[in-house]
Amino acid sequence: MKVLYFAWLRTKIGTAQEVVEPPADVADVAGLVAWLKTRSPKHADALANADVVKVAVNQEHVPYDHPVGAHDEVALFPPVTGG
Amino acid sequence: MAVRVQAEDFDMGAEVAALTAGRPSIGGVASFLGLVRDVAGGMPVTAMTLEHYPGMTERQLDAIEAEARARWPLDDVLIIHRYGRLEPGDRIVLVVTASAHREAAFESCHFLMDWLKTKAPFWKLEDTPDGERWVAAKVSDDKAAERWSA
Repeated sequence: MKVLYFAWLRTKIGTAQEVVEPPADVADVAGLVAWLKTRSPKHADALANADVVKVAVNQEHVPYDHPVGAHDEVALFPPVTGG
Repeated sequence: MAVRVQAEDFDMGAEVAALTAGRPSIGGVASFLGLVRDVAGGMPVTAMTLEHYPGMTERQLDAIEAEARARWPLDDVLIIHRYGRLEPGDRIVLVVTASAHREAAFESCHFLMDWLKTKAPFWKLEDTPDGERWVAAKVSDDKAAERWSA
């Protein structure tokens, strides 16, 4: 599974993307985020507040109960500020 | 139909002229041009760097353009959004809508800008005298976008 980070999530975690293999019981976005927080103190810090972490799966905005699988592109980012 | 995500500057007059050339069915053109300001939250801003999500950005802009066309009778739509480092006074975003009638052009232009503020995957990093800071999303932008979901 490819995980992408943008804006301050990217700078806090220190990488723009990583390929991860979460355990089989990680089935949705909420589970993935909970597992990612265990990867390092930087991940835990960046992902501490789920209210300010938005998610896209395969480039579509999704809620935290959206399923994720091994071949998905999952992006985590703060609320957008374009325009 | 055009959505462009680019680092390069653009010429608003040339874009509008190209969009309307040879199309006498267009009776009204509405446009919004966004510029980088030199102050934000009471703090001087010396530059701004726009980050985006290549691939998703274009997909999302294509989808919202289709949504605008489904809601209003539009002859054409143009969305240009820049990324990279910009300075105060630089053009950052352009939305142009063209229709036989002004209401459709005005309303769809407003809709597209509200949507860009809340859904398009762009993030702004400001350079200030205190260092770099990421621009926080505004609740007022969410409220502005919500009016279109009724």
